[in-house]
Amino acid sequence: MSLLSVFDVAGSGMSAQTIRLNVIASNLANADAVTGDGGRVYRARHPVFASETPSFMEVLDGLGEQPVAEVRVVGILESDAPPLRQYQPNHPLADEEGYVYRPNVNPIEEMANMISASRSYQNNVELMNTSKQLLLRTLALGQ
Amino acid sequence: MSVDRALGIHDDALIARARRATILASNLANADTPNYKARDLDFKAALRDAMPGATAPARVRMLRTHVGHLDAASVRPRLDGVSYRTPHQASLDGNTVDADVERGEFTKNALAYMVSLRFLGGKFKSIASAIKGE
Repeated sequence: MSLLSVFDVAGSGMSAQTIRLNVIASNLANADAVTGDGGRVYRARHPVFASETPSFMEVLDGLGEQPVAEVRVVGILESDAPPLRQYQPNHPLADEEGYVYRPNVNPIEEMANMISASRSYQNNVELMNTSKQLLLRTLALGQ
Repeated sequence: MSVDRALGIHDDALIARARRATILASNLANADTPNYKARDLDFKAALRDAMPGATAPARVRMLRTHVGHLDAASVRPRLDGVSYRTPHQASLDGNTVDADVERGEFTKNALAYMVSLRFLGGKFKSIASAIKGE
């Protein structure tokens, strides 16, 4: 285990945070996508992060929990919250009862999420920069 | 006198610092992972084990009192010297990483790594001047 594995770990964190930012962008872009069908309306999506966990057999084989774990995005889930139902009989997409459906995206929540993702990404970049400096110093050892 | 002994504790310290850097990096990369528990290396204990004359930590063996018991002799302590951090305030998703604490520890560790490098460089310089006899 050397300093080089910092690049793998921080890289996995950066890619996970990038996926998170992409999903937030998709949510915000579709926040006002109105439909007349409650079943087809856009639903807010959220990525799920996980770190590598060993299986029982791996633990028995001596490949137990490693002190260093990379991040993975195990899936992107759609929010279960009901879409917003609004009475707008003049809307061209309104259904027979005069209702339109808006996505269940909460823009404030998404903005807070975006800042958190951006900060985490910056942390990982910082890790890479510091490790690069340390490795370059190590290369210059004895000169 | 071997070169390894001439370097003293500093090469072991450098390796332990590099190992700690990867563990702290893992904590920061997993700052948003649910149920991830922050880890850290007990640097003092790691250095004590690297000292000359240090005894290896006792291995815990599983007792097999029944034929049906699985042989757990192969279970090696992979997390040797690494333990979980006690969080000041755990979040609801079970994550115990405090990004500010980890960032501070990482920076401190990087500085200590550079100190070890400086010491090692000095040792190499003295060996080189002893060889040249200048």
